[in-house]
Amino acid sequence: MVYQERNTWATLIATVITVPIYIVIVLVEADGGPLTEVEWVPILLWTMGASIVGAIVISILWGIFAGMGDPAGVGVSDQRDRDISRLGGRLGYGVLVAFALVAFVLSMVEADWFWIGNALFLGFALATLVGDIARVVAYRRGMA
Amino acid sequence: MVKPTKVTNSIRALREQAGLTQAELAKQIGVTRQTLIAIEQGRYSPTLELAFQISRAFGVGLDDVFQYPSA
Repeated sequence: MVYQERNTWATLIATVITVPIYIVIVLVEADGGPLTEVEWVPILLWTMGASIVGAIVISILWGIFAGMGDPAGVGVSDQRDRDISRLGGRLGYGVLVAFALVAFVLSMVEADWFWIGNALFLGFALATLVGDIARVVAYRRGMA
Repeated sequence: MVKPTKVTNSIRALREQAGLTQAELAKQIGVTRQTLIAIEQGRYSPTLELAFQISRAFGVGLDDVFQYPSA
């Protein structure tokens, strides 16, 4: 597995773990009441921080482990990595735009900040997921 | 995205004929071994520049390395 694919997996794993945890914490905090009354901002910031730090830690640890077997491959990327990265970026961008439009509409109808903020957060999370899944599939099955 | 390319190649045969390992050829053309494997197996279409580098590594023409059906 090449360096960039490991990084993609690291981001994917961190996102898959942290986003459901965020949703569960918000639901638990709501305790059956309205979601808009949950103090969601600190939970969201902690989730984003944990996701970023988690991805970096996974990537470093995996890199150290993989680097022992293939020291020459550490930090190396090539044209295929760039092509795959662009493919994932294009697909992720489409998802992000869709959710940005949802947030746009929510702000026009003066929805609660909770829904606007979370629509954007979900957009970022799903854009990362879709983009990374596309990248992993391209690495595994090809993109001829 | 995962549709196989119509471009076929003779990289593996040429590489074995030249006595090169995948790692050696990959290093020579400046890509990772995984990328060379993907190209050999038709799972990734190289850029034109990379295709020229591969053909030059074997000292043959582009048509000798890559083939494309005429119809």
